[in-house]
Amino acid sequence: MLINHPILGPRDASEFVYLGDANLIHRPDWQAEDALAQFTKYGYLRDNPAGEHRELWFHEQGDRSWLIVTRNTLTHEISKVEMARDVASAEGRSK
Amino acid sequence: MTSPNRLNGGLIDRDQPLNFIFDGRQYSGFKGDTLASALLANNVRLMGRSFKYHRPRGPMTAGSEEPNALVELRTGARHEPNTRATTAELFEGLTAKSQNRWPSLKWDAMAINDRLSSFLTAGFYYKTFMWPTSFWEKVYEPIIRKAAGLGTLSHQPDPDNYDKGYLHCDVLIIGAGPAGLAAALTAGNSGASVILADEDYLLGGRLNSETHTIGDESGADWAAQTVAELQTMPNVRVMNRSTVIGSFDHGVYGVVERVSDHRPKPLTGKPRQILWRVYSKHAILSAGATERPIVFENNDRPGIMLASAMRSYANRWAVTPGKALAVFTNNDDGHKTAVDLTTLGVRVTVIDSRENAPSSGSYETIAGGRITNTAGRLGLTHVEVTTTSCTIRSLEVQGLGVSGGWNPNVQLTCHQRGRPQWDEALSAFVPGGVLPKGLVPAGAANGVFSTQWALRSGQQAATEVLGHLGKKSETIAFPEAEDAPAKIEPFWHVQGAKRAWVDQQNDVTAKDITLAHQENFVSVEHLKRYTTLGMATDQGKTSNIAGLAIMAEVSGKNIPEVGTTMFRPPYTPTAIGAFAGRSRDEHFRPVRKTPSHFWAEEQGAVFVEVGMWLRAQWFPRAGETHWRQSVDREVLQTRNSVGVCDVTTLGKIDVQGDDAAEFLNKVYCNGFAKLAVGKTRYGLMLREDGVAMDDGTAARLAEDHFVVTTTTANAIGVYRHMEFVRQCLFPDMNVQLISTTEAWAQYAVAGPNSRKLLQKIVDPEFPIDNEAFPFMACSEITVRGGLRARLFRISFSGELAYEIAVPTRYGDALMRCLMKEGEEFDVVPYGTEALGVMRIEKGHAAGNELNGTTTALNLGMGRMVSKKKDSIGSTLSEREGLNEDDALKLVGFKPVDLANPVPAGAHLMTKGSPVDAKHDQGYVTSACYSPNLGHHIGIGYLKSGDTRKGEIVRLVSPLTNVDHDVEVVSAHFIDPEGERLRA
Amino acid sequence: MPNLQAITPLGNKEPVTETYGPVTLTEITDIALASVSARLGREQDTAAALEAFLGTPPPGAAEHCGNNLSAFWMGPDQWMIEAPFETHEDLAARLAGTSPNAYSVTEQTDAWCRFDLKGPSLSDLFERLCAADTHAFTGGEAVRTSIEHLGCFVLCRTQNHFSVIGPRSSAGSLYHALVTAFRSVF
Repeated sequence: MLINHPILGPRDASEFVYLGDANLIHRPDWQAEDALAQFTKYGYLRDNPAGEHRELWFHEQGDRSWLIVTRNTLTHEISKVEMARDVASAEGRSK
Repeated sequence: MTSPNRLNGGLIDRDQPLNFIFDGRQYSGFKGDTLASALLANNVRLMGRSFKYHRPRGPMTAGSEEPNALVELRTGARHEPNTRATTAELFEGLTAKSQNRWPSLKWDAMAINDRLSSFLTAGFYYKTFMWPTSFWEKVYEPIIRKAAGLGTLSHQPDPDNYDKGYLHCDVLIIGAGPAGLAAALTAGNSGASVILADEDYLLGGRLNSETHTIGDESGADWAAQTVAELQTMPNVRVMNRSTVIGSFDHGVYGVVERVSDHRPKPLTGKPRQILWRVYSKHAILSAGATERPIVFENNDRPGIMLASAMRSYANRWAVTPGKALAVFTNNDDGHKTAVDLTTLGVRVTVIDSRENAPSSGSYETIAGGRITNTAGRLGLTHVEVTTTSCTIRSLEVQGLGVSGGWNPNVQLTCHQRGRPQWDEALSAFVPGGVLPKGLVPAGAANGVFSTQWALRSGQQAATEVLGHLGKKSETIAFPEAEDAPAKIEPFWHVQGAKRAWVDQQNDVTAKDITLAHQENFVSVEHLKRYTTLGMATDQGKTSNIAGLAIMAEVSGKNIPEVGTTMFRPPYTPTAIGAFAGRSRDEHFRPVRKTPSHFWAEEQGAVFVEVGMWLRAQWFPRAGETHWRQSVDREVLQTRNSVGVCDVTTLGKIDVQGDDAAEFLNKVYCNGFAKLAVGKTRYGLMLREDGVAMDDGTAARLAEDHFVVTTTTANAIGVYRHMEFVRQCLFPDMNVQLISTTEAWAQYAVAGPNSRKLLQKIVDPEFPIDNEAFPFMACSEITVRGGLRARLFRISFSGELAYEIAVPTRYGDALMRCLMKEGEEFDVVPYGTEALGVMRIEKGHAAGNELNGTTTALNLGMGRMVSKKKDSIGSTLSEREGLNEDDALKLVGFKPVDLANPVPAGAHLMTKGSPVDAKHDQGYVTSACYSPNLGHHIGIGYLKSGDTRKGEIVRLVSPLTNVDHDVEVVSAHFIDPEGERLRA
Repeated sequence: MPNLQAITPLGNKEPVTETYGPVTLTEITDIALASVSARLGREQDTAAALEAFLGTPPPGAAEHCGNNLSAFWMGPDQWMIEAPFETHEDLAARLAGTSPNAYSVTEQTDAWCRFDLKGPSLSDLFERLCAADTHAFTGGEAVRTSIEHLGCFVLCRTQNHFSVIGPRSSAGSLYHALVTAFRSVF
């Protein structure tokens, strides 16, 4: 497999470490009233789509960037690769 | 030595005779021969015994699809079983042995299986050896393994090297027949980077096996010239002896290059084979086609082969299996064999299943005929032909060529999502479904069978992919070439009562397939597994279609309805060594050596692998005969005076930035914002689910600069996690991370004399007395006359202790210096065992306690999880299930009978309760013999352990016959008040 | 200087130099290294400071530049600075003092081992070692990739001069991988 790194271009998947569902960047607010319920959902519930899946990959043997890779679980086609940090910022995550 | 079956012509070099040995007898052949062609030239048709019935067999093909002629090649450690004689290139001194026979190839005791064949049908083993179950492993399997099977192993380490490599190209062309060569020329001329790979040592594919011409030249000459032209192009890499074994995602292909298999042994330093990973933007599959047999009774005798193989042997290797031959065909292609061999002076009779078969003046054709039986125990002597008028003729022949049509080599199109589709006109499966992205099939692999159209097809495929690459290529006008239409009338199977072989490698007969159908195996995948059809090392290249046809026949379906089974990588059998590459023996994975490694080797240290690190486990001294003597001495000497241990392997992460403290507040459950500069603090890191992930210390070197340590085992994972927190969760946090694990050599200096020792090394402008440098202090200092260093007053042993770090290149010298300066204190180096003993004595948690199931509460650090701030894991650590009243707590254990051990892993039971999982009270995580206390001790988890001190519990380990009483005590066996640390 | 004797990553007093066919392999120990990471919002200040230090703007992604003082890209807004050890053993401290708080500096000198390869056809060697397409390199590339499971930087200084920078603790394993590949190729 090749992952088309937004900065470095196509790199072999063996340079990366897989984490899982990109929803892991949506960490809940610890001060929310139902924080425990939200964290439980965040920690344990995942979709398991047959098709496009957004997932986190770490370029461990490379530039140490976390990437969000949109990969089709049926075909392994990768349609989009983003810098996770940019996505997190764009979604309003800050400190 | 005469070669009775050698013809004129061929692509062999008659000036280079080569001697070789088969089954102890010496023969000779020529350079350019394969083992199979050289044996046939010497009138040896019998080359092996079959897998199950031990039937005599000879080569069925002249290529890598060979199911029968498997031999043991070479001797000694290089002995390799199951090698196809049809692809083994002859070299001087080659030694080969037939396999799966005893005592000899001609008289094989296990051929009795053949007589018992009516019992040994599909499913025989499943049905017969069902019970008793215990017999399977001990009795049945060894007997079956001995009787059935392939070659034997050398049982010696492979003496050869294997290499790996990575190649990049615009276009990978798989197969160098007419289509592949045309594609390579077209793509090469455009300037695109091209790799042309072919499994054969001679490029040209069928052009080397046919008498076709291209323009005025023979096909073989045209191929040779084209290859020579390609080799002059700097953008084209021509790879012979290179099999494309698999097609993987995103244009990645696996290629095995056999660098040295044509030599007696590899040249010095050179690999035997290279496994290439090819990154291609596009690929052209021009892998040709494989002829398929027609199934008839006793169709497996040595001398019966595919008609195209017979032609290859004649045209390329100048060999015939005999002077009188027959060809059995259902299509025009079979007649080419008759034409070519007749021209070479061999008498050929053609039996064509078609009633309107073409006729020729130069050989006899029996139109509408069928082969209904054959004779010849160790080699074909007669074939029985039944004509349309049902008369039976017996022909005396030494060879029979069989042609049932051609199957495009679609295998690589199936390695991902491709599913071949049936082409009615060709009576064959052609590439279909979703092909690997970027792959274009061409030539015979795509069902284009004439030479003329193969050239055009290759050119078209190249033009197509060049278009995608934005490159242009001029159209090459190839000379006129053979353009015969493929005329075929499907005919698969001659009905009969005796056995007709479908899969010759796995000894599957037409009757087996019928039986499977009768027993209601409907799915083709089930048929495959029940009968083992197509499950041999050739993956059914010559047998699958006939099997499907018979399945279709008996189930009243057509072939596309029956469907095909999967093809998987590798395309042909591949040596395991090629997959291992350079990663074997001591180089299986990289080794990490500590800064004091070379010094420790000089001391005779015993090393232990910790991840990739090699760490000194203990340092034996003269007279010590047991490891415990060394470890006990190291512990006592450290606690009594001073010891030094290399702790470089602990992960070190440099955390800097305006938000560095805030960042640590997130990743550690306890607080770091208020840690003073020049101080170090223990930190516990949780996973988001509340379970402890790792622990270590963070030393604040400046307001905006911390050095964090991790455990050795988790260094990489913790760094990755911290980058996740930084990049994905808190992208606006101003913090920068980098690992500095290897930059610093770090040594623990522990024991009551540690300060005195360090005072001799630390430069005097940096006072380290208790007042200036108290417990948990840290500082950047200099040592030995100005060398920059770091000093941390932290203690894993429980003693007055420091960790000192210098740039790694000076680590070796610092260790020698500590040993020399420490002589007056009787300093001792200690290894990981003594380190472990001391931390257990002190009750410090390590990997055994942070085992992926335990929380801060279990560790006795529940109150460390700050509720005033957000940190990873803080919310979920409040879950009810993790906070039950009888939660496990870390405590110590002391045997009631002090002579008893406290084995780690043993479980704890309340006195008097049954020993079962339901009554389990906890378990021991770490244990050791404490030389300070003079008995064994352990630490571990016990339900409500913190309130049960003094209780006697039962320690059990049924696996190791342990069952005795231990007392629950504090985990801090040594200096529970921590006075030594602060001394 | 301190009265402590430095050793090389391979464990010797002097660095190794060996010749394999047309190629020379040299263990390089006389270069100081320090990483520089721009702090948030200070990216331009960092670039300016590095330009002042190097005499050239810091290199772009997967590139390196400079001569006596040089730098290669490690990751977004992160570079490794190279300088002669003889004159710059204190490289990290010097860089930290140049433009306080614009960037974070970490000493990296002894975190790495470095082998320089000089000679023709070096890409024939690297195609056995790493997935980077070194045949396409013309000079100035700096790729972090893995060689025999080791995370390494491969720098193409010129087509006839490559540097392999790998983890110091595994210098022996990296050296073995290079030597095996040499024997296999040349």
